[in-house]
Amino acid sequence: MNFRSNLERVLSEKKFAVTAEIGPPKGADSNKIRHKAEILRGCADAYNITDNQTAVVRLSSMGGSFILLNLNLEPIMQMTCRDRNRIALQSDVLGAASVGVRNILFITGDHQSFGNHPDARGVFDLDSIQLIQIVKNMRDHGIFQSGDKILSGNPEIFIGAASNPFAEPYELRVDRLEKKIEAGADFIQTQSVFNLDRFNVWMDEVRSRNLDKKIHILAGITPLKSLKMTERMKFHVPGVDIPDRIYERMKNAVDPKHEGYNLALELINDIKKIKGVHGLHITALFWEDIIPHLVRESGLL
Amino acid sequence: MIITKQKDINDILKSIKEGPVFIIGCSECATLCHTGGEEEVLSIKEFLKNKNINTTGWVILEPACNLLNDKRLLKKHNQEIQKAKKILVLACGNGIQTVSEIIKDIEIVPGTDTLFLGEIKHLNDFEKRCIMCGECIQDLFGSICPISRCPKSMLNGPCGGSINGKCEVNENIDCVWDIIYKYLKEKGQLYKLKEIKSPKNWSKSTEMRRVI
Repeated sequence: MNFRSNLERVLSEKKFAVTAEIGPPKGADSNKIRHKAEILRGCADAYNITDNQTAVVRLSSMGGSFILLNLNLEPIMQMTCRDRNRIALQSDVLGAASVGVRNILFITGDHQSFGNHPDARGVFDLDSIQLIQIVKNMRDHGIFQSGDKILSGNPEIFIGAASNPFAEPYELRVDRLEKKIEAGADFIQTQSVFNLDRFNVWMDEVRSRNLDKKIHILAGITPLKSLKMTERMKFHVPGVDIPDRIYERMKNAVDPKHEGYNLALELINDIKKIKGVHGLHITALFWEDIIPHLVRESGLL
Repeated sequence: MIITKQKDINDILKSIKEGPVFIIGCSECATLCHTGGEEEVLSIKEFLKNKNINTTGWVILEPACNLLNDKRLLKKHNQEIQKAKKILVLACGNGIQTVSEIIKDIEIVPGTDTLFLGEIKHLNDFEKRCIMCGECIQDLFGSICPISRCPKSMLNGPCGGSINGKCEVNENIDCVWDIIYKYLKEKGQLYKLKEIKSPKNWSKSTEMRRVI
């Protein structure tokens, strides 16, 4: 079988996949991405390049993905619906595919009010589910959203999506995953897992609907670097669920950095045992150099 | 109703710079919003007087968005208008433009900001309900509109950020997807959310500039 990307090959061969996140810099210096990429080389099967995450202007995910391709590393280019309408989004999918991007992850995106340009006009012409369906139709049927035909080259994209098992209302969370599968998503990366109980409830429902057979699920892991970061994520980042038990451990730790690392290790080992989870997506915010240790010690390498 | 908010009084003063002024209010939305009714017109008149800016006259249009009616009503005030250097309009963005179609030789100063089409919840408490997108699809969501009420206009919501039923963008506002969810659950119609909703046809609102 021909695989569109290394990530698709790894997941299709039922190997436990690892992806890691690289946040582009607030500037045009490509060395910032090269530096992070070299730290992470060999630690993951593919690398997410975020798209102006939390609505803060950074080097574009397309630019970042090109840099990785030039380093012979495989990008997962992220695309949000916040800043582009359907014309620009479809055009960028074609552009990315034309230079060799093979994994794209589609999300609706953080609202502009959270970022450093809160006065901006948000686009939101599409939501993530609609965009996924459009790209699936471009890839498999050679048609644009309008119904117009693609004339020269369908974009061969392994389609990614995000999923948040911890957001309310809980009852709709698996329904939304199912909608993303129906729309055409091939793999999902979940919101960072801290609340293992809630994640297990979600996975139980996922398995009971056989959805783990229809999509590759990568569970999110974020090592907590400090108490400050833990508090920011617990109290201020929408959609993140850090249980009090973990908060207390970080609060009481003599060395919070070490405790955060240990917590991540424990979570990885627990998540690896959950049936239906096909890999991990590691996001270490401003702490990329911890990832090599984490994947080695948890036996992911 | 068209919801308006009166501009900061000092900003209005800055825009007027010097008088005299003729003030125009509106009998409908701006009156109900307490931004351009008789009470507000007279209160601004008083404020300007204290700043040594005279008012040549004032009128409440019925309503300001009615061109022919405005022409009739403003004609009666023509002398007062001609004496003014500025026309202060306390009406919605539509009302301001209808006035400017009639009064062409005197500078017009907007005294309100037009916010949205919304509901009066309580006195001076308004909430957005419609963005006039040109194609109502509320039947898909239990007669609750996510296009106007979700900051991301998601048709396949909710997003992953709602907390305790509140919107991630503003904790004082209920997440519209939470409202839709609860309503449809109560009706036993949650299946309505399982179907993928297609991208919106925005040409319905942007291309239709005039209805005759």
